[in-house]
Amino acid sequence: MRKKLWIWQLVLLVAIFAFWHVATHPELIPPFVWDNPNRAAFFFGEPVKIFKVIVEWFAGGEIYPHLWVTLQETALAFVIGSVLGLAIGLWLGLTPFASALLDPYIKAMNAMPRVVLAPIFMVWFGLGIWSKVALGVTLVFFIVFFNVYQGVKEVSPVVLNNATMLGATRRQLLRYVYLPSATSWVFSSLHTSVGMAFVGAVVGEYLGSAKGVGYLIHMAEGSFDINTVFAGILVLTIFALVLDFAVSAAEKRLLVWRPTQGETEQAL
Amino acid sequence: MTASVSLEKITCTFASKSGEGSYTAVRDVDLAIADGEFVSVVGPTGCGKSTLLNVAAGLLRPSSGSVKIHGEPLAGINRRAGYMFQSEALLPWRSALGNVVTGLEFRGEDAGAAREKGEAWLERVGLAGFGDRYPHQLSGGMRKRVSLAQMLILDPQILLMDEPFSALDVQTRQLMENELLELWSANRKSVIFITHDLEEAISLSDRVVVLSAGPATRPIGEYVIDLPRPRDVSEIRLTPRFIELHDRIWHAMKDEVLKGYAQTRNRTTS
Repeated sequence: MRKKLWIWQLVLLVAIFAFWHVATHPELIPPFVWDNPNRAAFFFGEPVKIFKVIVEWFAGGEIYPHLWVTLQETALAFVIGSVLGLAIGLWLGLTPFASALLDPYIKAMNAMPRVVLAPIFMVWFGLGIWSKVALGVTLVFFIVFFNVYQGVKEVSPVVLNNATMLGATRRQLLRYVYLPSATSWVFSSLHTSVGMAFVGAVVGEYLGSAKGVGYLIHMAEGSFDINTVFAGILVLTIFALVLDFAVSAAEKRLLVWRPTQGETEQAL
Repeated sequence: MTASVSLEKITCTFASKSGEGSYTAVRDVDLAIADGEFVSVVGPTGCGKSTLLNVAAGLLRPSSGSVKIHGEPLAGINRRAGYMFQSEALLPWRSALGNVVTGLEFRGEDAGAAREKGEAWLERVGLAGFGDRYPHQLSGGMRKRVSLAQMLILDPQILLMDEPFSALDVQTRQLMENELLELWSANRKSVIFITHDLEEAISLSDRVVVLSAGPATRPIGEYVIDLPRPRDVSEIRLTPRFIELHDRIWHAMKDEVLKGYAQTRNRTTS
């Protein structure tokens, strides 16, 4: 059944590209929306040409430095945002006064559309990778922060009491109970936060940079090269899928202690 | 002889959640446990049994009254006591072995030595070879065994047990009770065992203390259990002396249980 589904998914993909090709290739079918037969290709690109661009990128090696930059930005934004979110989430989760004091500010900062910060970051950090990392960090931070904060609040009081009775000091409680609990919440938001780091990187590149896949798309747009724009989008999509796959693999390794169905309750 | 644990005139009053009025869970409770004595505390549900245990553990400060451990007033957490909780208390992200040695790690013991000790304790509670399993991969009974080893590895002088086996099925429960008695008789510690199950209380203990229904719970009777040891909890239940004791205590308890039941019913319906 699984295998069959996989085949059908592939068939659907081929069908989509086939439709795209037939609908956009000039004079393959009589024009039905625009009178000019080249108009559809102008707006939607042509799959064959798009693939040509992608193949050239990878064969010529032109794409690798751009992908590398985007990957670096994504990884840095994810790591820095997660560490900050973890640290501040733990701190505020454990100090009720500070969390009460900062509550409205955190809500305001989270509600603010953070993409508008991109120009400011560019002024602060220049056109290199760090302005993109900063944008990604602002996106990742809040996801991780809210998860960790919630995680700290929801640590089982029985587990806490048990650790206390076993002789844990305040510091050991943090290391043995709060931190692992909070970390597990970070991992549960891993897919979202990696995705957000990626969004931050690409949007940052798009708004102003000299490298990265977002930059390639931006340049192609400037010259109305729609095929290259779509090629960039496709490469980004595949890149995001690969990232997501890597995250799933990491998750599986790191959360072995989490119950999954069919594995619980083994008789003695 | 000074008692191992002595609760003197303990009263615990909680502010109610709505902010108005207060609820007195226990009032003027005196309870003393001798060194090496196994005492069960029974009472109707919701009568403040766990409150008393938390006071003895130092997790809860009483509104008034004092707690003495071997004659010394208790300040903060009771370091001489091990506590076994009713609900799941294991660290879910640590393996069975990791959980058993947690207390040793808190004390800063050498990791290798702690591991060895942990393996030995896992074997003693019948879980040899299960050390690398995570709590969710173990059955309820196995998790309780891990909890037991986690507590006993620290060699506490006092064991505080809050309905530890109430979530288990009857068979597993009797197995665990026998194992507990065996471990306890090897190295007699003072035990306060909280339960709502009178049979469990009688078959395990030297003495049974019956609490009144809440609020303002207090002890209303104490019964010395003169059944011979060693005991098998499932066999001893069939002896005439057991039945006689059971009758006597149940008679004293019955009114309180009905009172407690009526109260909880009123609380849920009103």
